[in-house]
Amino acid sequence: VFTCLGSVFGIMLRNCAVRVQRKWLHAHFNRYASSLVVGEISNGTLADSTKSCITAATQIANNESVSVLLTGTESERVANETAKLQPVCKVFYCDSQQYTSNGLTENVADLVCSVVEQGNFSHVLGGTSSFIRDVIPRCAGILDVSQVSDCTKIVDESTFQRAIYAGNAICSVRSNEAIKVLTVRPTAFACDLEQTSDVASVEKLEPLPAFDGKQFIADELVASSGPSLTSADAVVSGGRGMKNGENFQMLQTLCELIPDCAMGASRAAVDAGFVSNDLQVGQTGKCVAPNMYLAVGISGAIQHVAGMKDSKLIFAINNDPEAPIFSIADYGLVADLFDAVPKLTEIIQNNKAAAK
Amino acid sequence: FFIYFKVQSANAIMKVLIPIKRVIDYTVKIRVRPDKKGVDKKAVKMSMNPFCEIAVEEAIRMKEAKIASELVAVTIGPTKCNEQLRTAMAMGIDRAIHIKTADALETDIHLQPLAVSRILAQIVQKETPQLVLLGKQSIDDDSNQVAQMLAGRLRWPQATFASSITVADDKAEVLREVDGGAQRVSVSLPAVISTDLRLNEPRFATLQNIMKARKKPIEEIAVDELGINIEPTLEYLEIVDPPVRKGGVFVDSVQELFDKMKQHECL
Repeated sequence: VFTCLGSVFGIMLRNCAVRVQRKWLHAHFNRYASSLVVGEISNGTLADSTKSCITAATQIANNESVSVLLTGTESERVANETAKLQPVCKVFYCDSQQYTSNGLTENVADLVCSVVEQGNFSHVLGGTSSFIRDVIPRCAGILDVSQVSDCTKIVDESTFQRAIYAGNAICSVRSNEAIKVLTVRPTAFACDLEQTSDVASVEKLEPLPAFDGKQFIADELVASSGPSLTSADAVVSGGRGMKNGENFQMLQTLCELIPDCAMGASRAAVDAGFVSNDLQVGQTGKCVAPNMYLAVGISGAIQHVAGMKDSKLIFAINNDPEAPIFSIADYGLVADLFDAVPKLTEIIQNNKAAAK
Repeated sequence: FFIYFKVQSANAIMKVLIPIKRVIDYTVKIRVRPDKKGVDKKAVKMSMNPFCEIAVEEAIRMKEAKIASELVAVTIGPTKCNEQLRTAMAMGIDRAIHIKTADALETDIHLQPLAVSRILAQIVQKETPQLVLLGKQSIDDDSNQVAQMLAGRLRWPQATFASSITVADDKAEVLREVDGGAQRVSVSLPAVISTDLRLNEPRFATLQNIMKARKKPIEEIAVDELGINIEPTLEYLEIVDPPVRKGGVFVDSVQELFDKMKQHECL
């Protein structure tokens, strides 16, 4: 009994010594990183972009803990779901009215800054989306620290990789700030996270005074069916060569024949009014990195390529052999798309029928 | 008294501040320098950042619609940045402010959003605009931070990625482009609004206006006079070319395209 007690006591002493040593190290060298991920809820669950961001947080060297902050009417339920994710140590949420409908950015930013300051976080991160792009830099401005946008790699706790000039130059950037604020590119970090039975603690936050000066009027969202453009396994995009919006139906039909396939578009097609802006792939639109990208009637301007060049395989159909898209495509077909696309659709359909 | 009051309400008194940036022209294929410390800008065409042009155009339209009364453009950078201020004034901006830095400063990487937001906050205090209208991102740095940082710093409301702006009664109703489509918000002035691609199509400055613009005033302020620390807090350790995709091949038929897709298990 005494030996047993002795060894238990020994272990306790040792653990205590380790904790004391850690605290001393933390205070004196700040060796351990503690991350706050500003989360987003999409379709009633934690957004894939947030999951990718959690992965990025785990890659920060000496990362000790990853906390997630959620806001909005569904945040309590999603917070409890998020607490089951293996890398997550703590979840904060606030479901007060002023944080509904993806925030009013100003309210969420105030809340984030308050949590950051009280929680002594060394890193604040968000997975790039229009919401995160709106909120995170506002937080950086309030905290008066720099932000590193759209990181594609976490090198260490201060060093990150990102692209500039529409992806034509890759930078290794070191932040010398005490609090590192970053947004991460979701396509660069895995979004499949393990669950754990060792559930993280969930804390409900009191709302801060509401920001006066901005009113949410309405969402004018495009009804979309099928997989999300930024996380689909395959993307078929149309450009100016499609000539009008009705012709995009042809691409939609093709998408439906390819597993986990979403439809995208170039800026030219959106500007011309062929399709809505939520389909835009490019430097200032969405960034995608699917297994397969099929560019139809897209010339391949720098700004478009910036949004899709990380795709595993690129196929292109264009009637101009000089189109820049062919210099980045793995397989290119010089053909009239109004001929080629229906043919391709037919071949796929026949192939599927034959396989049955 | 009544006549005075009527005249007041007929002419809006709204000053708009439009920060603009000089960048490498969007058509240029950039070259990373062999020293890995930056991008080659020698003898390279420079222009006003496209999103800034859109902001300038929108401000001018507000003035033409008698919603805005005074338009002030501001830029930060070396001597040559005044070219873009001249362009803005040729398009229709009333006057400009040039915060001058050392000529050697590479504004694409060493003049960073945090410093820009600090400077702009001070200019806002000096000029007291009701609206700060700027591009959502610069096509060199691609950070998309300045508008939000400035708004946060000032504790003003922000409306980013604007594809339409309607100003009335000290408020701006903004249609924002977001991931799932669009979102409509209303901000009370003063506010910060950042422009997105589809807000408008900027006009070309006519030769006549370019000549006239030479007479418009540019106020020069040396950046040191502002007493703001603009030292970069983000250190660019290395700037390199992106990995090159290995070249592809042409296929001769739709059937062959399909075969390749099948071969790579895309279907």
